[in-house]
Amino acid sequence: MNQKTESILLRALTLLAAALTVGTLLFLIIYILIRGIPYLKPSLFAWEYNTDNVSLMPAMINTIVMTVLSLLIAIPMGVGSAIYLVEYAKRGSKFVELIRLTTETLSGIPSIIYGLFGYLLFVIQLHFGYSILGGALTISIMILPLIMRQTEESLKAVPDLFREGSLGLGAGKLRTIFSIVLPSAVPGILAGIILAIGRIVGETAALIYTAGTVAGIPNSIMSSGRTLAIHMYVLTNEGLYTNQSYATAVVLLLVVTMINALSSMLAKKLASKA
Amino acid sequence: MMDKFEIKDVNLHYGAFHALHDINLNIAPNEITAFIGPSGCGKSTLLKSLNRMNDLVEGCRVDGQILLDGQDIYQKDVDVNTLRKRVGMVFQKPNPFPMSIYDNVAYGPRTHGIRNKKELDEIVETSLRETAIWDELKDRLGKSALGLSGGQQQRLCIARALAVKPDVLLMDEPTSALDPISTSKIEDLTLQLKKDFTIVIVTHNMQQATRISDKTAFFLLGELVEADKTEKLFSMPKDKRTEDYITGRFG
Amino acid sequence: MITSYERTNIRVSGENPLRGSGAAAVRESIAKYVFMLLASMSIFLVILICYFLFSNGIPAILKIGVKQFLTGTVWKPKNEIFGILPMIVGSVYVTIGSILVGVPIGILTAVYLSKFCSKRIYRIINPAVELLAGIPSVVYGFFGLVVIVPIIAVLTRPFGGKGKSILTASILLGIMILPTIISCAKAAIDAVPESYYEGSLALGATHERSIFHVMVPAARSGIFAGIVLGVGRAIGETMAVIMIAGNQPRMPKGIFQGTRTMTANIVLEMGYAVGLHREALIATGVVLFIFLLCINLIFSFIKHRSESKY
Repeated sequence: MNQKTESILLRALTLLAAALTVGTLLFLIIYILIRGIPYLKPSLFAWEYNTDNVSLMPAMINTIVMTVLSLLIAIPMGVGSAIYLVEYAKRGSKFVELIRLTTETLSGIPSIIYGLFGYLLFVIQLHFGYSILGGALTISIMILPLIMRQTEESLKAVPDLFREGSLGLGAGKLRTIFSIVLPSAVPGILAGIILAIGRIVGETAALIYTAGTVAGIPNSIMSSGRTLAIHMYVLTNEGLYTNQSYATAVVLLLVVTMINALSSMLAKKLASKA
Repeated sequence: MMDKFEIKDVNLHYGAFHALHDINLNIAPNEITAFIGPSGCGKSTLLKSLNRMNDLVEGCRVDGQILLDGQDIYQKDVDVNTLRKRVGMVFQKPNPFPMSIYDNVAYGPRTHGIRNKKELDEIVETSLRETAIWDELKDRLGKSALGLSGGQQQRLCIARALAVKPDVLLMDEPTSALDPISTSKIEDLTLQLKKDFTIVIVTHNMQQATRISDKTAFFLLGELVEADKTEKLFSMPKDKRTEDYITGRFG
Repeated sequence: MITSYERTNIRVSGENPLRGSGAAAVRESIAKYVFMLLASMSIFLVILICYFLFSNGIPAILKIGVKQFLTGTVWKPKNEIFGILPMIVGSVYVTIGSILVGVPIGILTAVYLSKFCSKRIYRIINPAVELLAGIPSVVYGFFGLVVIVPIIAVLTRPFGGKGKSILTASILLGIMILPTIISCAKAAIDAVPESYYEGSLALGATHERSIFHVMVPAARSGIFAGIVLGVGRAIGETMAVIMIAGNQPRMPKGIFQGTRTMTANIVLEMGYAVGLHREALIATGVVLFIFLLCINLIFSFIKHRSESKY
C-alpha cells in the first residue's frame, strides 16, 4: 500500500488503542459505580462487623493502622538509605552497586513471595501468628525500594550550589543535609510516600498470610485483622454478598482515586517550583 | 604585621593531574588581593584551598603548608568547619538558600550556636547594612530570597557570609554572572569591606582587578608567575608572560 | 569550639582556635555509619528473603525429586503427589496471553500519547492511565469476575468453554499491564531525538511513517524494558488471577479451559497446608522466584548485546 494509506491506517490504529484504553477504564469505573453506589448504606460503615452488614469500617481502620505502621518503619530506612547513596557514597563503589542491585531485586519480587516470606519469618519463626505488625513489617519491606528511589531522585535534584553554600559557611555535612538538602527534597519524598500509600491500600497477596483475614478491629497490633482490599477479596470469594462487594469496590476505587489525585497535585506543585 | 595567609610550597593534585605547582604567596591582612589568569590556570583552585572547599573533590591532595595567622590549616587536628567560619566564601553563581532572606542570613550564626532571637536580629541587620542592602530588604525579611534579582542575591550571599563574622572573605568571580550596575555596586562594597576584612578575589576581569585590588597575583597553568602591588604588576610586569596576558596577547 | 562570637585574635590566646571540639566530628562519623547501615538493609533483606525461601523450599524439591516436581503433571497433595508443571504452564500461557493483549494496545496508545494527541486530550488520557495503574488487583479481579467471565462464558460455550479460562485471564492481565507498558513505551519514544524525525520528514516521509518506521524502532530498548516489566507483573499477579482463571490444578487443554498459575497455587492452599504439602508450596514460590530472575537475566543480556552493537 502506498504511504498515504499506510499513514491513515496507522493513525487510526493508535486512536483505536487509546480509545480502548480509556474506554476500558471508564467502563470499569462506571459499571462498578452504577452497581455499587445503591448499596452504600450506613450499615456498610458500622463500627461493629457482623455477617449481616459485612461492614467495611473495621477493615478501613485496619488499613489506616497498617499504612501508618508500615510507613513509620519504611520511611526512616528508605530516606536514610537514599541519604547515604546521594550524600556520602563514593562514585562507582562496589558497595553502592550492590545496594542498587538488591534494591532492584526487591522491587521486582511479586507480592505473593513477600507474603510467603512474611509468613515464614513473622508468623512462624518469630511466633507472631497472624498479626497487623507482621503485615506491616512485610509491607514496609515491599515499599522500601519505592521510597528509596523517590527520595534519591529528590535529593539528587537539589542543586549542589546549596550544599556548597552551606558547607562554605562552616555548617558541616550533617547540618547541611538536615537544614538545607532534606527540606528542599521534601515534596518529592512526599510524592513517593503517597505512591507507597496507594500500593499499600491495594495490597492483598502479601497480607493474607501475614496479617490474616479476621474481620473486626483487632485488640492490638499483634492480633490479626483484615485490610480493605482483603475484605473485598473475602467478600467476593464467599459469593454471598455481591451487592456489598460492589459497594466495597466503590469505596476502594474512591480511596485510590483520591490518592492518585493527591499525588498529581503534588507533582504539579513540584513542577511549578522548578 | 603578620601576613594573614602564608602559602608555602603548595602543590595540589586532583588524582593524577598536577593542578598547582610550588605556590609561594603571602596575603596581607585588610587588603584586597586579586588572583588573575586565563581559564584553568589554577586561581580558583588555590582560592578553594584557602577554606578547604577543595576537600569536597575526590582525589584532591594538597602538599605544602597554608598558614592562617601562623597555623597550618591542613594540619590533622584542624576542624574544617571552624576554619570555614573564619574564612568565608562567596560563589560565582549566587546561591541563596530556598528560605526567607532573614533565615538565609541567620543560617550561619544559628549553625555556630547563636539561638537568641535578639542577637540574631542584630546580626542580620548588621550584616545587611554592611552589604548596603538593609534599606532595600528590611521590609521583606520574611519573603523568599529566591525572589530577589541576581545582584541582590549576590549581595545577600555576601551578607550571609559576613554574618558568621569571618576574618577573611574569599570571592570566586563574584560578579561574572551579574550586570554592570550590580557589578559596580559589589565592587564598591568590596572596597568598603577591606577595612574590616581580608579579601581575596578571583577575577577574569583585569579591569576589575585594577579597580579594587591592592595586590594582584597572576597565575598560568598552575604556576604563580608573578605577584606584586597591583599598579606595579600592571604597569611594569617583571615576567614576559604577565605582560603578554595583560596586554591581551592571550587569555 | 569557639562559642564567643568575637573575631578571634590568636596571638593573644595562644591556643589553636582552629581545633574543633571533637564532638561535632564524632557526631558526623556516627551519622555516616547510621546512614550506611540503613543503606545496607536492602542487601540484608534480599539475603534474608532468599534464605527463608530457599531453606524451606529446596529441601522440599529434593525430597519430592526435582524431575517429579518440575515435570510432574499431577498435583494431588492428599496423595503426596506434587507435580507443578500444570502451574508452570498455566503461568506461562497466561503471561504470554497478557503480552499479546497488552503490548500492541500499550505501544499504540503510547505512540498516540507521545506523538499524535493534542495537549488537551493528553490531559485527559494521562490521568486515566495513571488511575488504571493504581486500581488494586482485587478490584480488577472482581471486575473480571462479574463482567469478563460471563461474556467469555457466553462467547465460548460452543467451544465448551466455561468463562473462567486462560483467555479471560489473558484479557484481564493484559489490561492490568497496560499502564506499565504505556508509561515505559511513552518515555522511551519521548526520549528519541527529534533529529531522527526531522531527517525522515526531510526525505519525504509522512508524519505517521516517520514515527512508526524511525522513532518507534529507535525507542525499542526502552519499550522492551517496559515489556519485561509487564511480564514481571503478569507472572507475579495473584489475586486477580485466582478470581477468574479457574484454578484447576491440571494441564490446560486449550485457551478456553481454566488453569492454575504458580501464584494461585501458593495462595489457594497455603492456609491449610501442612508438612510436605506446605513445603511444596514454598518450593513453588522458589520456582517462581528463579523464573523471574532468569527473565531479568535474559533481558539484561539482550540489552547488553544490543547496546554493545553501538
